[in-house]
Amino acid sequence: MKHSPRLAVGLVIALIVGMAGLLVAAGFDVQRAAWALVNGSLGSWYAIGSGTLIRATPLILTGLAVAIAFRAGVFNIGAEGQFIVGAAAAAATALSIRNAAPIIVLPLVLLSGFVAGGMWASIAAVLRVRFRVLEVISTIMLNFVAAYLVSYLVRGPMQEPTHIYPQTQTFGDAAHLPRFSTGTRLHIGFAIAVAACAGAWWAIRFTASGFRLRVVGANPTAARSAGLIDVDRVTMRAFLVSGALAGLAGAIEVSGVTYALYENISPGYGYTAIAVALVARLDALAIIGSGILFGALEAGATAMQRDAGVPSVVVSVIEAGVILSLVALGRTGIGARKTP
Amino acid sequence: MSSPATAFAEATVRTATPLALAAIGEVVVERAGIINISLEGIILSGCFGGLVGATHAGAMGGYAASMLFGVAAAIAFALFAVWLRADQIISGTAVTLLAIGLTGTLYRTLYGTAGAGLSIPTTGPVPIPALSRIPVLGPGLFEQPIVTYATYLLVPLVWWWMYKTHAGLALRAVGENPVAAEATGIRVSRMRFGAMIFGGLTGGLAGGALVLAQAGTFAEGMSAGRGFIAIAIVVLGRWHPLGVAVAALVFGGASALQFLLQALGLALPYQLFLSLPYVLTLAGLAGMAGRVRAPAALARIEGP
Repeated sequence: MKHSPRLAVGLVIALIVGMAGLLVAAGFDVQRAAWALVNGSLGSWYAIGSGTLIRATPLILTGLAVAIAFRAGVFNIGAEGQFIVGAAAAAATALSIRNAAPIIVLPLVLLSGFVAGGMWASIAAVLRVRFRVLEVISTIMLNFVAAYLVSYLVRGPMQEPTHIYPQTQTFGDAAHLPRFSTGTRLHIGFAIAVAACAGAWWAIRFTASGFRLRVVGANPTAARSAGLIDVDRVTMRAFLVSGALAGLAGAIEVSGVTYALYENISPGYGYTAIAVALVARLDALAIIGSGILFGALEAGATAMQRDAGVPSVVVSVIEAGVILSLVALGRTGIGARKTP
Repeated sequence: MSSPATAFAEATVRTATPLALAAIGEVVVERAGIINISLEGIILSGCFGGLVGATHAGAMGGYAASMLFGVAAAIAFALFAVWLRADQIISGTAVTLLAIGLTGTLYRTLYGTAGAGLSIPTTGPVPIPALSRIPVLGPGLFEQPIVTYATYLLVPLVWWWMYKTHAGLALRAVGENPVAAEATGIRVSRMRFGAMIFGGLTGGLAGGALVLAQAGTFAEGMSAGRGFIAIAIVVLGRWHPLGVAVAALVFGGASALQFLLQALGLALPYQLFLSLPYVLTLAGLAGMAGRVRAPAALARIEGP
């Protein structure tokens, strides 16, 4: 059976109707919920800057991480774990360097998140390249391990000095990312995320590595038989860069928003990232837009929970709906995939 | 309290039950050439179905509803993966995400945010007369909830169906070479849909077992990666029903190890035990590298 546009449109309409129907059936005031959703994400400059764009920052970076992996035919579902490990490493750095200027501390904090995320991804990368382990399974297993690792750290060696709360102590001022202006909570991490997308776009389009990435993703068999491309090496690299970007997102989250490491530091950014990447059709520049879209959705959902009592987990339903609609339309940007 | 060895055997079988159920369905699905990444969502739907059914119609109603909910999630995945021939990994991930969102939303709506202490009718262990009195292993194997006995029956049944019937042969043909299978008159899509419905039944029942025979309550996201572990178990069991049953027991044992080690009084962080099944999955998959062969058509989109 071929993709039929009419069928796909039907699916999308069914999803929207189903969504609204779900809220009505559950007894929520849909009008009020919709108002809270819009107002909480786009209703004021404060909502845009301190709500939407702050939420968009980790989503853009993890979305970019997922997109780069998917472009290379690597199904990295592990951005969540790489984000968490990146956050933990950044926190460890931020807490161990004292009495130093921000210009020294901040780059080290971000770098440690970047490196840790890449190292965490390297486990799944080696398992795939050397042992042919399906990365979907391995990255998800590693997500759970990462969550338990942080749970251990914030209740054990990294717990705050009073040993009451499962979190680290608050970072010193030198490890706080600067904000754009005094009236907003928006930090320069957003600019870093946008710059990363621009850089990735350029690299994928205009460099030899980017070309190899695209070829391997489009058709690994052809890339291998052409002889000039080491497929495993390209896969490995894409996986590492992907993990590093997700780790950087974690580092930015702890040094820009929370200033401490907690359990559940990520409300599922790594999973939302898949929707972000697919909506952008894996295009690095488009990810800025789709990241902001989903940032608005998440910020709006928080307002919706507060003002209309609609559980914010409903966002997962919307994200799943978006992904499935794109899948139905055959517009995911993923090349014909062969069994790994 | 019984001896640590008995407790260990009992906990092994108990924790292995939902894994074995989910994995036995996944064997059938994968032998039809589909990798069911939505299994996690199917189990979670089954958990929620178990809760809804049990609050309205008792524990047995819970099991029935868990299978119904599991099948609903399986059909959602099959619509995309089989009917539309969409990428199985992406659509499977999306269906899992959908299940997380729907069960979470409905749970908070129907039972409120303070539902954590919710207790529902459960099915306790039913000792089988003579057999449960075998020393050490008896209580472990034969003093279990009813759903475990159902699993004991299901494993040889699936083995028999898959290897001794024409339909089972057809299923395996579909997973190896769908084009050739279609040419001999096998309805490939119908076969795959059927396999998915079976996968939904057992995956949903696995969720029901988690709620009704283990936890005694529902928690958001309580499937906790078991769907993915079950997929790994299928690899470790070499796509064979009996191998899968053994692999599920090994995993149950790894999870039950925490009770044994706690009984021995070892002061290790509990997170270490909790992450053990996931680490073991990784180690197991790496160890099987190059020694197993997946159904040839697994996860391939092209076909008749």
